[in-house]
Amino acid sequence: MAESDLLAATAAETAALIEGNEVSRQECLDIWLERTAADDLNGYLWRADAESAVGSVDQEAQDPVAGVPLAIKDIFCTTGVPTTAASKILEGYRPPYDATAVARLASAGVPMLGKTNMDEFAMGSSNENSAYGPALNPWDRSRVPGGSSGGSAAVVAGGLAPWALGTDTGGSVRQPAAFCGVVGLKPTYGSISRYGMIAFASSLDQCGPITQDVTDAALLLARLEGRDEMDSTSTGIEGGIALPSAANLNGLKFGVPADLVGEGVDPGVKAVFDRTVERIEGLGGTVETIALPHAKHGISAYYVLAPAEASTNLSRYDGVRYGQRASDRDLASMYEDTRGDFFGPEVKRRIMLGTYALSSGYYDAYYGRAQRVRTKIVDDFNSAFAKVDFVITPTSPSVAFGLGEKTADPLTMYMTDLFTVPMSLAGIPAISIPAGMATPEEGGTAMPVGFQIAAPAFGEQKLLEASFALEKAIAFDNGGGRI
Amino acid sequence: MAEELEAVIGLEIHVQLATETKMFCGCPLSFGDDPNIHTCPICLAHPGVLPVPNRKAIEYALLIGAALDCEIAPSSIFHRKNYFYPDNPKAYQITQFEIPICGSGRLGDVRINRAHLEEDAAKMVHVGESGRIQGSDSSMVDFNRGGTPLVEIVTEPDLKSGAQVREWGQLLRATVKELGVSDVNMEEGSLRCDANVSVRPVGTSELGTKTEMKNMNSFRFIERGIEAEIARQKELIGSGGRVVQETLHFDPSTGELHSLRSKEESHDYRYMPEPDLVAIVPTEAMLKAAQDALPELPAARAARYRDELGVQDSAALLLSFETEWAEFFEGVIGHDPGIEPRVAANWVTGEFAAELRKQGDQPLAESKVSPDQLGSLVLMVAGKRISHSSGKSVLEAMVADGADPVTVVEEQGLEQISDSGELETIVEAAIENNPKPAEQVRSGNEKAIGALVGAVMKETKGRADGGEVTRLLRRHLGL
Repeated sequence: MAESDLLAATAAETAALIEGNEVSRQECLDIWLERTAADDLNGYLWRADAESAVGSVDQEAQDPVAGVPLAIKDIFCTTGVPTTAASKILEGYRPPYDATAVARLASAGVPMLGKTNMDEFAMGSSNENSAYGPALNPWDRSRVPGGSSGGSAAVVAGGLAPWALGTDTGGSVRQPAAFCGVVGLKPTYGSISRYGMIAFASSLDQCGPITQDVTDAALLLARLEGRDEMDSTSTGIEGGIALPSAANLNGLKFGVPADLVGEGVDPGVKAVFDRTVERIEGLGGTVETIALPHAKHGISAYYVLAPAEASTNLSRYDGVRYGQRASDRDLASMYEDTRGDFFGPEVKRRIMLGTYALSSGYYDAYYGRAQRVRTKIVDDFNSAFAKVDFVITPTSPSVAFGLGEKTADPLTMYMTDLFTVPMSLAGIPAISIPAGMATPEEGGTAMPVGFQIAAPAFGEQKLLEASFALEKAIAFDNGGGRI
Repeated sequence: MAEELEAVIGLEIHVQLATETKMFCGCPLSFGDDPNIHTCPICLAHPGVLPVPNRKAIEYALLIGAALDCEIAPSSIFHRKNYFYPDNPKAYQITQFEIPICGSGRLGDVRINRAHLEEDAAKMVHVGESGRIQGSDSSMVDFNRGGTPLVEIVTEPDLKSGAQVREWGQLLRATVKELGVSDVNMEEGSLRCDANVSVRPVGTSELGTKTEMKNMNSFRFIERGIEAEIARQKELIGSGGRVVQETLHFDPSTGELHSLRSKEESHDYRYMPEPDLVAIVPTEAMLKAAQDALPELPAARAARYRDELGVQDSAALLLSFETEWAEFFEGVIGHDPGIEPRVAANWVTGEFAAELRKQGDQPLAESKVSPDQLGSLVLMVAGKRISHSSGKSVLEAMVADGADPVTVVEEQGLEQISDSGELETIVEAAIENNPKPAEQVRSGNEKAIGALVGAVMKETKGRADGGEVTRLLRRHLGL
C-alpha cells in the first residue's frame, strides 16, 4: 500500500486497509501525525504527536473503525489537552474531563489527531472569528472555509484528517462542509450528547460529523448517538444507525420551499441545485414545491435566541476558576477586564445582543417573540413533512467567499446561514453533501456547492439512505471521480 | 388622631434538602468538611458541563408539596437567574421561576404561594475582623455548598406579628423535619428565613412598601427583628416619613437594624428558561408515593392530642412540634391503658422537661429515662400509690441516674399513707403543734391551712395525699 493511498482513503476505506492488514493501526496513525504536522491551512489549533496519549492506538479495540484517526473541533473538552473554543479567554485551559462524544470515540479505539480551528465559541460563519486566525479553504486559500467548524471542514477537505467532528448551532457543520466540498451532518437535536461540548446556544447546539462521504458520516454517527446520563436533553435514535446502501430514490418525495429558495441565491449555486433536483428525479424521486412560510424569519429569530442563550452560557468566563485572568485589582475589575480583554468582537457583540434581548422590559418583545417564531417554524416543518419525506435547499446561498469580504458587515455574514438555520430551530436532522462546482459571482477558481437535505426528527437513517443514493449518482454524473 | 397601622408579613424560607448528592451533579453533600473537597467540573461550572437533576430532590419537593397541601404542577420547568458573583460559578442560578413544581397551598392559617426547587450558592468566607464583607481583607469561596438542593417556600403576606412568625415558623420547621427531607438546622443554615415586612392602615388591603430582612438564624431573633422593624416603620410613617425598599440585617446582640442594600442596586436577573434541562413531569406513581409517604404532621398530631386524647392545647403543641417528644409521649401513654393522656402530657412537658433542663440541659435523646419508666411513675402518682411531691423526687433520681421508679419508691418507702387512721393521728398532731395557723384558720383565714398541710407533708416525708390531708384538716378544724 502506498502512503498516498492511505491519505486519500475515506474512513471506511482506511478501516478496510487496517482490516486487511495493509497497514497497522500504529502505522496509520504515524502517517497521519506526520501529515498533520504539515498543516498549512491553519486547520489545527493543537496537534497530537507520537508522545501524546490521545494519539495512541488501542490494540484491544474491537470496533472496525479502531485506528482510523479523527480531528476534533476545539469546542470538545479533552482531558489534559488544550481546549480553547478558539478564544483567548480559555488560553491555557486543559479540561479535567472528556466530552461524551470524545469518550465514545476513544472507547471505539479512534485516536485523536488534534483540535481544529473554529470561530470563537462557535460564533461565526467564516472561521474568521478565531482568536488564532482563520483556517483557509483548501480549494482556494484566499477564501474562507466557512464556520464555525471551519477547521474541521478544511482538514477533511484538505487531506489533513480522514474525518472530523464539528458542531452545528445554526449551520456550523453544514455550511463549512458545503464551502469545502465535504459531507456535513447535523443530527436531530439531542441525539448526540452535548456533555463536554462548550456551550454556545444550548437549545440549538448539536455535534455532527464532517466526512468525505455519506458512509463515513453514518459510521461516525452510529458511534456518537445515544442517550447519555450526563445530558438530560439527550435521546437516542431508535434502532441505531446502519450503513446506507440505497441505490435509488423510488417513491420518495422531496419538497423545495419556494418561499425560502428564491432571490439572493447566486446563479452558480442555483444551477447546481437545479441539476441536483433533476438527478433526484432521475433516481425515481419526485420533487414538489412546499411552503415554509415562516422559515424566512428564521435568521431573525435565531439571532435573538442564540445570542440570548450565549449571553448566559458565556457568563461563567469570569477569570475566577480557569482560563486567563486580566486583573486582580478588585472583583468588578477582574470581571470587566477579563471579559473585555479576552473575548473577541463577535462574541462581545452577541453577548450584548443577548443580554439586551433577555433584559426585563425587552424580554417579550425579543426573546418571547423569537420563541413564538421558532414554534411557527416547527409547525411549518410538521406540515411539510405531512406531504413530503425530505425538504431540500442549497446549503448556502453562495460558495465560499473571500477572506475579509464580509467581516465588516455582520448582517451579510449572518445571511449565509439562511438555509441552515430553520432546521436548527426545528431541531431536525439535515445533511449537506457536495453537489457540484460553481464559479463565484466575482470570478476566480470554481468552488464546491453544497446540497442540503432535511428529514423529520430522528429520520437520520432515511436521510442517510437518500443522501447515499444521491451522492453515488452525483459522483457517477461527474464521471465517477471525487469532486 | 393618627390612623392605626397593622403589619403585613410574608416569608421566604429556604430549606436545604438532605439528599446524598447535589442538585445537578453527583458530589456528596456535607457540612463542615474541608473547603472545596466536594466539587467536580459540573458544580465548578467548567466549560461544556451540563446539569442533571437529582431525582431524590424532586421527590423531596413533592413530599413538601404534599405536606403543605400544594397544587403540584403537571409540568414544571427550570429557569436561569443571571447574576455575577463569586458564590455563583455559572453566573446564573438554576431555579424555578414561571412554573414552580409546587403551587398554592396552606399550612395552618397561612397560605403558601409556592414551593420551588433550586440550587444553593457556594459559601463566601470574608477574612478580617468583622467577618462580614465590609472591611474584610479578602474573600474566599467554598464550593462544597454550591449546588446543594433547596426548596424555597414562599408564603402569602398572611402574617401579622413577630410572635406569629415565630410560632408559624416553628410549625413549618417541625413539619419539614417530620418529612425527613432536611436537617432544618437554622444555625448550620439548612433552614433560612427571610421576612418581607410592611405596614398599612388597618382596614385597607393595599400593601405598603416592604423591607426585606435576611437570613436570621433563629426564630427568636426573627421575632425580635420583625418587631423592631414593625416599630420602626410605624414610627416612620407616624411621623410623616416614608418607608424605603431595602434589605435589612438585624443584629440580635444590639437589637439594631442595618441596611444591606437598597432597591436601586437591585439586579435585572434576565430570567430565561434553562435550555439544558427538560421539564419535570411527575408521574402518577410519584405523586402517589409522595402522598403515601406523608407521616402524621405536627399540626394534625396536635389536633389529635387535643381533640382525641384531651391533652391541653399548649402541651399538645409542644409535644407535636418535636417528633422525638411526640414519640416519647406516646410511649408513656402506651405503657398502660390506665394512664390518662392529659396527665401524662403534663408530666412529659412539665416536670420531666424541667428536670432535664435542671440536670445539665439534657437533650431527650440522651436522657436515661425510658417512656415506660415515666409511664410507670405517672401511673403510681395517678393511682395515689405515691404522692405528687414524692413523684417529683423519684423523677429527680430517674433523670440523675436512670433509676427505676418502682425500685426507688420501694427502697425509699415512699408509698403513700393509705391508712386514714394513721393520717388522722398525724393531722391531729399537726393542729396541736401549730396552734397559731390553726387558730387563724378557725377564725376565717382559710389560706393559713397551707402551713398545716406543709407540716403534715413534712412529717410524712411527702407520702400523704395532699387532697386527703386538706380534707382531714378542714374536718378537724370544724370547717
